[in-house]
Amino acid sequence: MASTAPTEIKAPEVGEISDLDRPWKVLVWNDPINLMSYVTFVFQKLFGYSLEKAEKLMLDVHLRGKAVVSHGPREKAELDVFRLHEYGLWATMEHDT
Amino acid sequence: MGDHGARHLSPLFSRRLIRRDRLTGDFQLSLSDDDRAVLRHLAPQFTELLDDPGHPVLMRLFPPAYSDLAHVEKQEEYRRLMQEDLVARHREELDLLTSTADAKTLTEEQLQAWTRALNGIRLVLGTYLDVTEEDEGRSPQTPEESVYRWLTYLLGEAIEALSGQT
Repeated sequence: MASTAPTEIKAPEVGEISDLDRPWKVLVWNDPINLMSYVTFVFQKLFGYSLEKAEKLMLDVHLRGKAVVSHGPREKAELDVFRLHEYGLWATMEHDT
Repeated sequence: MGDHGARHLSPLFSRRLIRRDRLTGDFQLSLSDDDRAVLRHLAPQFTELLDDPGHPVLMRLFPPAYSDLAHVEKQEEYRRLMQEDLVARHREELDLLTSTADAKTLTEEQLQAWTRALNGIRLVLGTYLDVTEEDEGRSPQTPEESVYRWLTYLLGEAIEALSGQT
């Protein structure tokens, strides 16, 4: 049935769209329990990073308190956080500014 | 972060516990009967703790997913969707550790599950003991601290073996 009557469509708020589209970054935080060698090993295993890159990220976590280990859309970031949690690492995600 | 260089501190920690077999690619375990008894005894205890995932001593196994702790809804959503899977994964690893505690050799996949199980136990025990980075230099004061130190050493051995350093 065709209708020319104007239909009220609720326009999505601009804020919601940009929130979904904005990329995320995944951080790993320093903690006193996880071993340096273990963290390096996990970075290589999960992200396919070279030993050199994995060690640099591990040292950033150890010495600076945190490091960004991956970027991407929300789904990818959530998956990366989950995989890091499976390995017991202290990982969180936040918007990439 | 911790460092597993404990064997430099004590002659007890001077032998290689895990070694890759160059021919088969599997890993040979040189653990004593006592070592194996500790693993057989520990793993089920930690499996039991997983019955109550909200217990504070398990907080390191289930960290918040979002940096901004004010994102309460998102944190809850992640927990609702993922916590059950995380608990199941930890259970699988601990079960495997229990069932292979007496094994002479492990496949690479099994040893990787061991590393996650050993690390999970360390996270819980370390939380209970309130471990700090400064604790590494001093001698263990309690049986729990000794177990924690030994798990650290064993995990370090597993990672070195998996990384192809032994």
